[in-house]
Amino acid sequence: MKAAIVVFPGSNRELDAKVALAKAIGSEPIMVWHRDTELPKVDLVLVPGGFSYGDYLRTGAIAAHSPVLREVKARAEKGMAVIGICNGFQIITEAGMLPGVLLRNSHLKFVCRNVHLKVATTQNMFTQRYTKDQVLSVPVAHHDGNYFVDEKGLGEIEANDQVAFRYCAPDGTVAMEHNPNGSLRNIAGIFNRTKNVLGMMPHPENAIDPLQGSTDGFALFQGMVEALS
Amino acid sequence: MSANKITPEIVAEHGLTPDEYKLVLEIMGREPSMTELGIFSVMWSEHCSYKSSRVWLKKLPTKAPWVIQGPGENAGVIDIGDGEAAVFKMESHNHPSFIEPYQGAATGVGGIMRDVFTMGARPIANVNALRFGEPDDPKTRHLIAGVVAGIGGYGNCMGVPTVAGEVNFHASYNGNILVNAMTVGLADADKIFYSAAAGLGNPVIYVGAKTGRDGIHGATMASAEFTDDSEEKRPTVQVGDPFTEKLLLEACLELMATDAIVAIQDMGAAGLTSSSVEMSDKGGLGIELDLDKVPVRETGMTAYEIMLSESQERMLMVLKPEAREIARKIFEKWELDFAEIGVLTDTGHLVLKKNGKVEADMPVSPLVDKAPLYERPWVPTPKQPEIAASSLPVPADIPAVLLQLIGSADLSSRRWVWEQYDHLVMGRTVQRPGGDAAIVSLPGKSKGLAITSDCTPRYCYADPYQGGAQAVAETWRNITASGAKPLAITDNMNFGNPQRPEIMGQFAGCIEGMAAACKALDYPVISGNVSLYNETNGKGILPTPVIGGVGVIADVAKSVSIPFKASGETILLIGETKGHLGASIYLREIHGREEGAPPPVDLAAERRNGDFVRGLIEQGKVTASHDCADGGLLVTLAEMAISSGIGATFEIAAEVTGSIPAHAYLFGEDQGRYVLTVAAANAGAVIAAAQAAGVPVTRLGTTGGDRLDLGKHGAVALSALKATHEAFFPRLMSAAE
Repeated sequence: MKAAIVVFPGSNRELDAKVALAKAIGSEPIMVWHRDTELPKVDLVLVPGGFSYGDYLRTGAIAAHSPVLREVKARAEKGMAVIGICNGFQIITEAGMLPGVLLRNSHLKFVCRNVHLKVATTQNMFTQRYTKDQVLSVPVAHHDGNYFVDEKGLGEIEANDQVAFRYCAPDGTVAMEHNPNGSLRNIAGIFNRTKNVLGMMPHPENAIDPLQGSTDGFALFQGMVEALS
Repeated sequence: MSANKITPEIVAEHGLTPDEYKLVLEIMGREPSMTELGIFSVMWSEHCSYKSSRVWLKKLPTKAPWVIQGPGENAGVIDIGDGEAAVFKMESHNHPSFIEPYQGAATGVGGIMRDVFTMGARPIANVNALRFGEPDDPKTRHLIAGVVAGIGGYGNCMGVPTVAGEVNFHASYNGNILVNAMTVGLADADKIFYSAAAGLGNPVIYVGAKTGRDGIHGATMASAEFTDDSEEKRPTVQVGDPFTEKLLLEACLELMATDAIVAIQDMGAAGLTSSSVEMSDKGGLGIELDLDKVPVRETGMTAYEIMLSESQERMLMVLKPEAREIARKIFEKWELDFAEIGVLTDTGHLVLKKNGKVEADMPVSPLVDKAPLYERPWVPTPKQPEIAASSLPVPADIPAVLLQLIGSADLSSRRWVWEQYDHLVMGRTVQRPGGDAAIVSLPGKSKGLAITSDCTPRYCYADPYQGGAQAVAETWRNITASGAKPLAITDNMNFGNPQRPEIMGQFAGCIEGMAAACKALDYPVISGNVSLYNETNGKGILPTPVIGGVGVIADVAKSVSIPFKASGETILLIGETKGHLGASIYLREIHGREEGAPPPVDLAAERRNGDFVRGLIEQGKVTASHDCADGGLLVTLAEMAISSGIGATFEIAAEVTGSIPAHAYLFGEDQGRYVLTVAAANAGAVIAAAQAAGVPVTRLGTTGGDRLDLGKHGAVALSALKATHEAFFPRLMSAAE
């Protein structure tokens, strides 16, 4: 299995993602610079966290129009797997690869802490190693993670089983008090309709080693590798 | 040359005394141009020249076999083994942060990171030490909100985790907050970059953000007292752009991996002036700059403005001539402005040209060597009386006192602050904020660095010598408590107006105490910064010599954190308890008295106790560890319990009850102490080992339950402790929104 990580000026968790992917695959992913129009032939593209283009204009807005992302989008439409984490989620959502939008956190502050995530579905290539309703401990670190979509869009997402993760209590209770950013229905991650694209605000790449305080994120990478190998 | 007539008023506006100006005339042999005067003004400002502090700073020990670079470069460098080096420094951005908290704090963080990557190191951790006025001062909440958002805004975008720090409150900071930022970087020990220019005819390259009119005379502002109209100085505060700095970081590190750079210096305080002067002075060369080539943000900028601008995110470098093309490619990749703006000469002069006209032609070395040096008069700080614990009434309700302390401004949880900082990016944060020292592992290694900052200003005010020694010792203790070996420090000396003998007395006392502690603990100073004139309308801050400490641990998996780990473990106190209440938080918060001599630091005991604790941790015998500091023993235990959700049962030993009043035992701030937990089965052996090593040890109690049970002194539920501990910041800050 081959994976690539797209790097923009201002990306800053690309190396964290590289460590996680390399650990799951057993070989290093390819780092693709944002100006490249040629994407190497890969099975998975990861769009990492950070502050692409300094978050100027609007988070993810400038990166969403980069040449490389047009190519990522075209391949995703043909079925290639794409995962966007944090700023990567913002970018692929801005690019129209996922429904909805990521607004500023409802408390208007950056938030970095461990959260609990409830796995909403396992019928896909990303979360298949988890069990449904499993509770994961994974950190968040963002200023604009407040997911929003209009009522019609929300209806479609729910009807199509497109919610990947919801913020929850350690015991799995999904309630507003466990939501770090005010996102709609505690949504922490969503799929596209065909479930080959996943966007999520939390950082599974920072939960792959006991020294990081949790290894719950690693099964996500293992699951992708398993499905795509 | 410009034809401006330099009047005494113009000289005064530039912060130069008549005597200093006389020296300028001597050096120049003529009246300087305005540009030349501006250059003297910033180079000889307190901020750049350390003219009041240099004679004292020399007393600090700066050498050890592991020190690669001591004070005098952009940052200090220590050898951490395996061919790697840690590069670090702390720097203040106090004055700008008071005037414009978001940008002031943000550019402080940007500046210190630049200092570190200028040396060839990738920043891997940020720390900040903050001091604010009273919580209910009308400006405090606005300043906290802005400073914290500014630190987060810059560090988060750079992708460097902010892993440790401190926040204190005191009325003396109402008009002068302190924002001290520290960065720790990692470099190959044989690839450190320095600022000394070399190679006659080598090109001088400017790279980074364009130069604007922001921050002109920032260094001079930072060298004067505040008055009520200081907010009118807002235009002297620079505006930060972390995105450009991130590009600059990546471009510089990419260029440093080639063999292109001869010398490099960031443009920080005093911008292009200090960078060009310092590079050429250190290299013993002259430098000629064509200011028409400097990338500018605004039209019509004069030579004076270009040289004194403190626009951020700019770097000056001397390249090997054949490396121009490599550099161009890298800067273009990162979409950075750059230009060849000058050349190294053999004249020993700084020559500046603009529109074909010579705007300045001045000898370089006197700007540095002949900078004024003052032996300011000082008076020693009067000793404070000892406060006898028996002279104070013992509170009837100890649990209520504990709740009050743990929820107070200085002892409450700082979670509201550090959750706004990305403390996890890079994926190597092993010990997070909220403990004694943060620990970050090094890429691909089991090894890591332990990082902390500390200072107890109320001790420094009561007794500068003891306070200075305590600040150094507490960082050493924090690092030790995590299991790491402390190696070196950076200092950030924040004081009032040095022209007042009592302030210089505080400075002198703190330096002497720091020097003694550094020597006793083999813990040299490798970099630092001095911030004077932290006064408003003649009222100075508490003396605040903030210490940033760095240590190394061979295996981060063996590091120990403060939360209790399991029920049924034995709690031990290492170190001697005398029940010292002078200058304690208990005395201030409960009895309303800010007085008395601070706890003395016994440096021999400090070292003996610390080395013993570190040895125990290395042997894997310690399950939790916390240094016993602000608030004393009971607060220490409460913090360990709150962070774990595991309670404890604790009885004051019978042999103590007779000699020390309960409140002194529980809340006294005796130094050199640690609270540890060990498996019950190991307790006997650990106690015997301590006794054999001559280390005082006391069995305090046992972990377990959902409350802190104090025997005959009552009990308090963990839920109540936690709620009180966490409430202070959210309550304070929500009132602001």
